[in-house]
Amino acid sequence: MSARDAILAEIRKNRPAGEHPLPAVPLFTPLVGDDLVAEFGERLKRMGGRIAEPGADDVFAGVRERLDGARVVASAVPELAGNRDLTAVARPRDVDDVDVAVVRAVFGIAETGSVLFTQDQLVVNAVAYLAQHLVVLLDPADILPNVQAAYLRPEFGQAAYAVLHTGPSATADIEGVLIHGAQGVRSLTVILCPRGGAAARG
Amino acid sequence: MSEELHPREAEGIVNPVVRAPDDESERGQDGRRLDHAEGTSKPIKAPAQREPQPRGAKIRGDRPIDQGEAAERFLAAPLHAAAHDERLWDLRRKRDTAAHGIPEWEELRELASQIKQHTLSNLDTYLEQFEAAARANGVHVHWARDGADHNRIVLGILRDHGARTLVKSKSMLTEECGFRHFMEGEGVEIIETDLGERIQQLDNEEPSHVVVPAAHKTRFDVAEVFARTLGTDPDNDDAHYLAESQRETTRPYILNADAGLTGCNFAVAETGTVVTCTNEGNADLSGNVPKLQIHSIGIEKLIPRVEHLGVFLRILARSALGSPITQYTSHFRGPRAGTEMHYVLVDNGRAARLGMEEFWTSLKCIRCGACMNTCPVYRRSGGLSYGATYAGPIGLIIDPTFNKRKYSTLPFSSTMNGSCTNVCPVKINIHEQIFAWRKVLAEEHQIPMLKQGMMKAAGAVLSRPAAYRAAIGAADSALKVLPRFAVYNPLNTWGKKREMPDAPRQSFHAWYRENRMKGGAK
Repeated sequence: MSARDAILAEIRKNRPAGEHPLPAVPLFTPLVGDDLVAEFGERLKRMGGRIAEPGADDVFAGVRERLDGARVVASAVPELAGNRDLTAVARPRDVDDVDVAVVRAVFGIAETGSVLFTQDQLVVNAVAYLAQHLVVLLDPADILPNVQAAYLRPEFGQAAYAVLHTGPSATADIEGVLIHGAQGVRSLTVILCPRGGAAARG
Repeated sequence: MSEELHPREAEGIVNPVVRAPDDESERGQDGRRLDHAEGTSKPIKAPAQREPQPRGAKIRGDRPIDQGEAAERFLAAPLHAAAHDERLWDLRRKRDTAAHGIPEWEELRELASQIKQHTLSNLDTYLEQFEAAARANGVHVHWARDGADHNRIVLGILRDHGARTLVKSKSMLTEECGFRHFMEGEGVEIIETDLGERIQQLDNEEPSHVVVPAAHKTRFDVAEVFARTLGTDPDNDDAHYLAESQRETTRPYILNADAGLTGCNFAVAETGTVVTCTNEGNADLSGNVPKLQIHSIGIEKLIPRVEHLGVFLRILARSALGSPITQYTSHFRGPRAGTEMHYVLVDNGRAARLGMEEFWTSLKCIRCGACMNTCPVYRRSGGLSYGATYAGPIGLIIDPTFNKRKYSTLPFSSTMNGSCTNVCPVKINIHEQIFAWRKVLAEEHQIPMLKQGMMKAAGAVLSRPAAYRAAIGAADSALKVLPRFAVYNPLNTWGKKREMPDAPRQSFHAWYRENRMKGGAK
């Protein structure tokens, strides 16, 4: 008998007694208030992320210093050119030298301060981890109230890869001392920037 | 709601702050101290005297583990004992704050429990659905009867690709399988990428906690290990320096690895998705950088649908860390272009456990570690004293299913205070199962300790107030750090259900003797 058939047979033989129906999951009242943008920012900051308003003339005013100090900028958004073309990257490891990666989130979650990406936003999934710093554009209209609402979205059933990022990479495995930049990005900054930049530029 | 938004600056803590308050990692954008991930509300700094790290239980083949002996050695190292106790109690307190911030917490626990029980009692169907969905997504699916099977399968996949190096994220399942040790013998280089797990790998020790694998080590221990293995400055015990050293030395392995492997927090039947939850981003790198990716999945990790993640994700990190979510929640569903993706579904005793009437619900466990953080025995004896893959209360009821003789003494390493059951996010009746194991083991004469008094193990930990007070420096602090043993006492409830004598003031020893005799007479 194959391992598969043996395992399934033993599971059937050992089925626990009693009825165990699948419960309906109610939609809980969101923990957050009506101002999803403010709630999102508050939660994000608590998780070590940063939040920035777009400047009047420069969407990236809040991270301009970081961008100007960067040698390699990989941009996956039309709002910024960058100097590393992600669509031309042959292997994920090749983005190891990226100082700042700029991507757009599919949506944000106010309850946790999380943002969602799929492989479509990241172009090269690994850039969201191998870059030293991550800058995220998020349309304030794309903020969902809670985790439950997020898991009703279709992306999770469609994307080959989908990931929620909540602040930067972190560890406290040594005596509980919190450190950002464990294996992934050292910082994550969300800029509240409506979609439409792409359309405006044709 | 004010859920975990206010750092508890005012609360007393034994050890002083280790970092300057203006450190970017510890202060948020608006200047408040951060305590997400597994960080402490105030970083703990063990006193600067050095003290050799107490090692874990002595493993002698199948002979019963003497947890009490290892626990005594742990307590004989006061700096380690105090730092460990305080560290885990901090996680426990943060868990409480997070849980209290959600009005529907109890409802979520009940839902999580019911969803798991439903899935486990229809596990064959959900596994078939998961397999079919994964195959349709282009994922190769393998089935492993036991740990040896798992290791052989993974080795076969690696050999097919000529792969010699593998980066992996933390996975308790691969610990169960002895994966790393097996691969060393096969000439495959395995690199752990989680900081705590990497520390443990470099020190040739097992993880001591399911969430914080090196919680039993002080920064001095880590400095010693890294100096010896990575060539860092032996006198620099700054946690930032040590973590950065691990980041810099691990990254080349990640970039050059032939394969990557992760564990699995949740496997979604309807979509064939594997979900991993980490703070470091290392599982995400293991799955997204090498061109061959493998996910090892315990068959009990199945859940029916994506919407159920909306229940489990809300309780996992809150129970484990007191955070609303982990920094990263990755959903792997299909291979990247030009890469191969494999799932290995592992039984290793789980299907057999399904048939154990009193113990099958332990399969609901989502490995949050809350039961360990709240357990007075665990906090004061260290995870390695259990000499098993799973330590703490959940370990007491899982380990004997792997080896009844070797782990026959573990179910006695408990005060039966029931706190583990109360914090369990999927409502496993842990302390009742501990008691049930005692009966089983007694009836099957698996307990050589019987003659010496069964409470030896827990007793060793809890009967040394002097050592404990010495550890934390002040007698009155002991009450602050270890209040729940006295306060959080559900013996009454438990007794009612089991028609126990109404004797809350009775000493546990006497209480236990009475009930063991009752159980044994059956």
